[in-house]
Amino acid sequence: MTSLKVEVAALKLSNPTILASGVMDETAASLLNMARAGAGAVVTKSIGSEPRKGYPNPTLVELDWGYINAMGLPNPGIEAFAEEMRLARGCPAPVIGSIFASSAKEFSFLASKMQDYGAAAVELNLSCPHAKGYGMELGVDPEMVSAVVREVKSVCSIPVFAKLTPNTHQLMEVAKAAEAAGCDAIVAVNTVKAMAISVEMRRPILSNKGGGLSGPAIKPIGLRCVYDLHSTLNIPIIGVGGVEDWRDAVEYIMAGASAVQVGSAVGRVGLNVFELICTGMKEFMVREGFESVSQMVGVAHE
Amino acid sequence: MNKQRIVTITSVTKEAPGITTLRFHDEIKVKPGQFYMVWLPRVDEVPMSVSYTSVEKGITVKEVGEATRALGKLKIRDQIGIRGPYGNGYRIPKGTVLVAGGGTGMASLLPAVEAIGDPGRVDVLIGAKTAGEVLLLDRARKASREVHVSTDDGSMGRKGTVVDMVQEHLEMKHYDMVLGCGPERMLSALLKACDEKSVKCQLSLERYMKCGAGLCGSCVIDGIRVCREGPVFSSAELRKMKEFGSSKRDECGCSVKL
Repeated sequence: MTSLKVEVAALKLSNPTILASGVMDETAASLLNMARAGAGAVVTKSIGSEPRKGYPNPTLVELDWGYINAMGLPNPGIEAFAEEMRLARGCPAPVIGSIFASSAKEFSFLASKMQDYGAAAVELNLSCPHAKGYGMELGVDPEMVSAVVREVKSVCSIPVFAKLTPNTHQLMEVAKAAEAAGCDAIVAVNTVKAMAISVEMRRPILSNKGGGLSGPAIKPIGLRCVYDLHSTLNIPIIGVGGVEDWRDAVEYIMAGASAVQVGSAVGRVGLNVFELICTGMKEFMVREGFESVSQMVGVAHE
Repeated sequence: MNKQRIVTITSVTKEAPGITTLRFHDEIKVKPGQFYMVWLPRVDEVPMSVSYTSVEKGITVKEVGEATRALGKLKIRDQIGIRGPYGNGYRIPKGTVLVAGGGTGMASLLPAVEAIGDPGRVDVLIGAKTAGEVLLLDRARKASREVHVSTDDGSMGRKGTVVDMVQEHLEMKHYDMVLGCGPERMLSALLKACDEKSVKCQLSLERYMKCGAGLCGSCVIDGIRVCREGPVFSSAELRKMKEFGSSKRDECGCSVKL
């Protein structure tokens, strides 16, 4: 019997497609709708200590092969998010709470809140490329990442995932530091630093000027990161970056990912993208004689 | 895929104090009820209903904040960025149609009235605060059988709300479909009025928007994207929405009362 079920760091998922943070995940109703659309798990918007408006518009540029965004981490704050998490109880897929903070202490405060709210796991945003004092500003420093993970692990019994940035030559060192500190899985990658300029207006389009590139344009980058991480780490890897169809997802899995996250494709393909990936993946597995997703993990290394 | 493009303003029409129509050339097809994300460098980028859907496109802007005030000051030959069109638009109905617009809601509705293409089966009801804010009256008259106006202060047409007129019309005549756009309190009353008479409607909603492209989720109502599955929703969809007519999300995603 061919099955799409996977287990990632003690999280049981009905299939290996996970809604990526930042996409359709700011309200309970959005998260529930994405789970109903077929996501095997859903990750919340990155939540901080206080309500935050994010950057003024434009916050998105559409390109042929992806998007550049600089949303600026808009979120209702951890206190107000309690209500969304309460309403999301009974979600047919595990809800993973994404958090961002500027220090290890603040991360552990937010993580314990997410655990109290019933999150199935917590994802540390150590990789947002466009918010001053947050995200990759911490996430490119192995010592800082180690401190954050250790602090969070000391207050959390739920699995802890670290979402890392490809905007560094030290990804392997950062990932090893996270693993050594007790991290349960690595999520790779977040968006790639990018920009778009309007030649008529003679200026960057995004109000923040710089942003992060996502979508098919970054798939080869994410894939290489996951492949290298699989050679380096013993903990599971969740692959992200330009997954739009079953073939992309299987590529990531063969590179070493135990599951994949899907973000930009929710806009580019539609809400049915999870279902389409799963159907295609299952057909491929039947054709190729794979009975479980785990049999495919990392086979590109053999 | 909706790439940003820069367009040049070819005409500026003052519709009323603080309400301006800007026209510009853009080849990309737009369905009535769809919207653009309109960019003014150094100011903002905001969603705007397309009020003229021919090749000479148009938006009709009411000055309510920084971005709309800046748009209201633009002159011929000024440039703006647009991306889109986004959203689903109205499904152009068969049979007889009653159109109800509150304030600048008419900007989104008039292209639908014109797309019906048969003035003999459309009646238009326009509601505004005061006579000076009654929008696009001549255009509505050309494309419909009857036009009626109501104002809050009674300075033009009858004193009252557009929903009062809708109730009377549904009482007097048979309509197969109601199209509506305006403030959400009005739309919520409009849905109730249509449901009482078992007439189907399509209403266009407004929400705070960031990406406009179906990604970020800031415009959701009951988890449904106003920028993608909307902005036009059917009565069947609206009836299921707990947030319709009662709450919306602010820039942080916090729930706030309407």
